[in-house]
Amino acid sequence: MAGDAPKIPGMLVGLTAITRRELLLAWKRPGDVLNPLFFFAMVCTLFPLAIGPSPAQLAFIGPGVLWVAALLASLLSLNSLFLSDYEDGSLEQLLVSAQPLPVLAIGKTLAHWVISGLPLVLISPLLAMTYRLPPGVMGVLMLTLFLGTISLSLLGSIGAALTVGLHRGTALLSLLILPLAMPVLLLGANTVSLAADNEAYATGIWALAAYAVVALSLAPYATSAALRINNE
Amino acid sequence: MTAKLTAKDLTMIRGERCIFSQMEFALNPGELLLLRGRNGSGKTSLLRAIAGLLSLESGEIRWNDVPVLSQRQEFHGSMAWLAHRTGLKGDLTPGENLRFEAALRPQSKASVSAIYDRLGIARLKRLPLRLLSAGQQRRVALARLLMADVPLWLMDEPFTNLDSEGRKLVIELVEEHLSDGGLCVMAAHQDVEIDVPVKQVDF
Repeated sequence: MAGDAPKIPGMLVGLTAITRRELLLAWKRPGDVLNPLFFFAMVCTLFPLAIGPSPAQLAFIGPGVLWVAALLASLLSLNSLFLSDYEDGSLEQLLVSAQPLPVLAIGKTLAHWVISGLPLVLISPLLAMTYRLPPGVMGVLMLTLFLGTISLSLLGSIGAALTVGLHRGTALLSLLILPLAMPVLLLGANTVSLAADNEAYATGIWALAAYAVVALSLAPYATSAALRINNE
Repeated sequence: MTAKLTAKDLTMIRGERCIFSQMEFALNPGELLLLRGRNGSGKTSLLRAIAGLLSLESGEIRWNDVPVLSQRQEFHGSMAWLAHRTGLKGDLTPGENLRFEAALRPQSKASVSAIYDRLGIARLKRLPLRLLSAGQQRRVALARLLMADVPLWLMDEPFTNLDSEGRKLVIELVEEHLSDGGLCVMAAHQDVEIDVPVKQVDF
């Protein structure tokens, strides 16, 4: 056993292992899943109540409100991404793990998105109905939220890694992430508005997709570098 | 190829304070490197530096004559780190925690049920870890070390929270590991009576 150097297995090993563990943890603590979802649903239903039932007005603000709520719900859940791992020492174990750290970072972020981002995408058509958005726009809304929440989770993982050692890092995390998240918000909300007005919206979808791809390729490295620095 | 851990001219400065300087050691299979010193004397810092969690001011740590920083993944694949904190998830059962460790190290040939019996945690494996006592959690962390099935063990105060039986068990495990050709670096503030070749570094 001491003699031959062990072979490093494929990257999927680390990815599946950590994703499975994170989903198992979320399953045991459903509150973490429900919190952002509840926040999203609450904000989206309160706006029509406060503004009044005028259909034209609601359809006008709908895309923006849905997108702002989704952005804030994502930020809300990000703080906890590495916090519990940091506190119980599992983060240290991940840093000295036999699997590459960027892969583990993708796995954690992916699981975080499945837990906090995907539910938002899935219930968004229901909430969009309160804003009288035309049924044809639901697909566009879900697609933009799908791409957008992936980007937000990935960007957020960088912020969470940078602020993990700090107490009350949430405000700083939001400050760090918001500038990077702005393009996602603008593209997402405007694409949905364009679609609702029956105008050409494909550019926005492509731009969101491009943003998600760039985030996916760069964020894991930034996240793992930040984690290493923060654990010195 | 035999596993070998060597260090030369290690110097670490944290803030304004020099933790250690010009430290060197060479550890061969079957040997234990015992780091002795008071609380806060820098034992954990050295261990963390070996694990690659802390950077050194100068000097180099080599694994099989290659600097660990240039082969981080291979080195991490051949070491296991028993830290002060258990590094286990309180919401998961010991079984789930260990399964995660096994999934990260597919090349490990360790037998799970044998490890459970050895550490006396077989009947605890269905309880969430946070319900276990500190000593029982330590045992699960030790189980993780065995599960890893790697040549180098880094142990930071392995006797913390353990009863006398548990202490004896740790010593037995280390002896077995070393007689199998493993290496071990252990930080301890108390005397360790162990029947293996010991190299000692005093802080």
